[in-house]
Amino acid sequence: MVPRKFEYFAPTSLKDATALLKKYGSDAKLLAGGMSLIPVMKLRLGSPQYIVDLNRIPGLEYVKTVGGNILIGALTRHYAIETSKVAREKAPILCETARWIGDPQVRNMGTIGGSLSHCDPSGDWGAAIVALRGSVKLKGPSKDRTVKIDDFLVDTFTSALKDNEILTEVSVPVPPPRSGGAYMKLERRSGDFATVAVAVQLSLDAKGTCSYAGIGLTALGSKNLRASKAEAALMGRQLTTQVIEEASDAAAEDAQPMPDPLRGSAEYKKEMAKVYTKRGLDLAVKRAKRGK
Amino acid sequence: MAKRTQSHTDELQVVKVNINGVDYVRGVEPRLLLVHFIRDIAELTGTHVGCETSNCGACTVILNGRSVKSCSMFAVQANGAKIQTIEGLAKNGELHPIQNAFWENHGLQCGFCTPGMIMQAYWFLKENPNPSDDEIRMGLVGNLCRCTGYQNIIKSVKAASKEMRG
Repeated sequence: MVPRKFEYFAPTSLKDATALLKKYGSDAKLLAGGMSLIPVMKLRLGSPQYIVDLNRIPGLEYVKTVGGNILIGALTRHYAIETSKVAREKAPILCETARWIGDPQVRNMGTIGGSLSHCDPSGDWGAAIVALRGSVKLKGPSKDRTVKIDDFLVDTFTSALKDNEILTEVSVPVPPPRSGGAYMKLERRSGDFATVAVAVQLSLDAKGTCSYAGIGLTALGSKNLRASKAEAALMGRQLTTQVIEEASDAAAEDAQPMPDPLRGSAEYKKEMAKVYTKRGLDLAVKRAKRGK
Repeated sequence: MAKRTQSHTDELQVVKVNINGVDYVRGVEPRLLLVHFIRDIAELTGTHVGCETSNCGACTVILNGRSVKSCSMFAVQANGAKIQTIEGLAKNGELHPIQNAFWENHGLQCGFCTPGMIMQAYWFLKENPNPSDDEIRMGLVGNLCRCTGYQNIIKSVKAASKEMRG
């Protein structure tokens, strides 16, 4: 499998990279981990004329907390997040999500920024960042902007990135005490894309009432959707078995799956959305109660 | 994807990599995959091309300390990198403990997946020197074998981990 010819650039600063994007516009593609882009090029599903490799730009791989936020550099590899102490302490759902992506070799190369920019509705990061109500920082030729994840993910393989912009950072608020999250994924075999997956993030107040609910869905629509009705069914309530069941039913309503000849009918996926939301909520409640 | 309007330069890009301690320098097309650089230019054919779709892991090598699938990256991306392949494991005619464990435990039949299995195990055991069977399975999940049924591969990696811990 040989991709079509392209010209290759390896800029060493974001400034140089944005200059290349300005010059070549939509004929250029950014290369991060390449775990989606390179297979796409090898299968000739896409054949960009210019490849701008971001990997020589220093300072884009980190997981750190600043103020009340966890900041993740766009080139941070999935494996680095999976094993990040900061992520494990502050928002373990990030580690749990990373662990479900591809296989170890893919996680050694693939990046969170590349994954989000690719906007695959079966991508795992989108759901987790939706559940955490995160945002992304986009660098343009003259100015930067910050976009909420719900607005960044536009449609299948379509993000809010303009041709001359680069995603440089992912930011999620540090969950308060008594928070818990879970990423639950159904796959046909290890390392496959999700049949369905659900990211759940909850916070409880001192009386055990739900004070935060974030639910992101994977492979259940044209992009990673927010399960808004399910979130509303949880907010301000004691998370009893009945409330969790109501929310799980609501998540199945929120889901808008397309039938997938490999991974199941829309009906099946909706049913699994319910089951996996319930399992995710049960686990997240348990973890939130344990959380200091 | 936008329609391609311009013809493309055939300009080669110089790639310099160090594979198993030896420098290789060659001008290549940017589209050349790393695995082909390793096999066709460095003539190290121990690294195999299996599925070519980043599923099977037969092409796994260690790039700057991380295991990667060399069929899913371009050689130009590896410019300046230090690479280890299966040929670099044995020292002074002595098999590496992982190689030896595969030999002792019948961790291979046809052997096609073996270089990838061993290189992935090599990285994995550095990350997790004392793994459980389940952890080994998760560590090798990106490597497919169509002969052994995996049992002896798991056994081999387990034996190697014991040997390497001393």
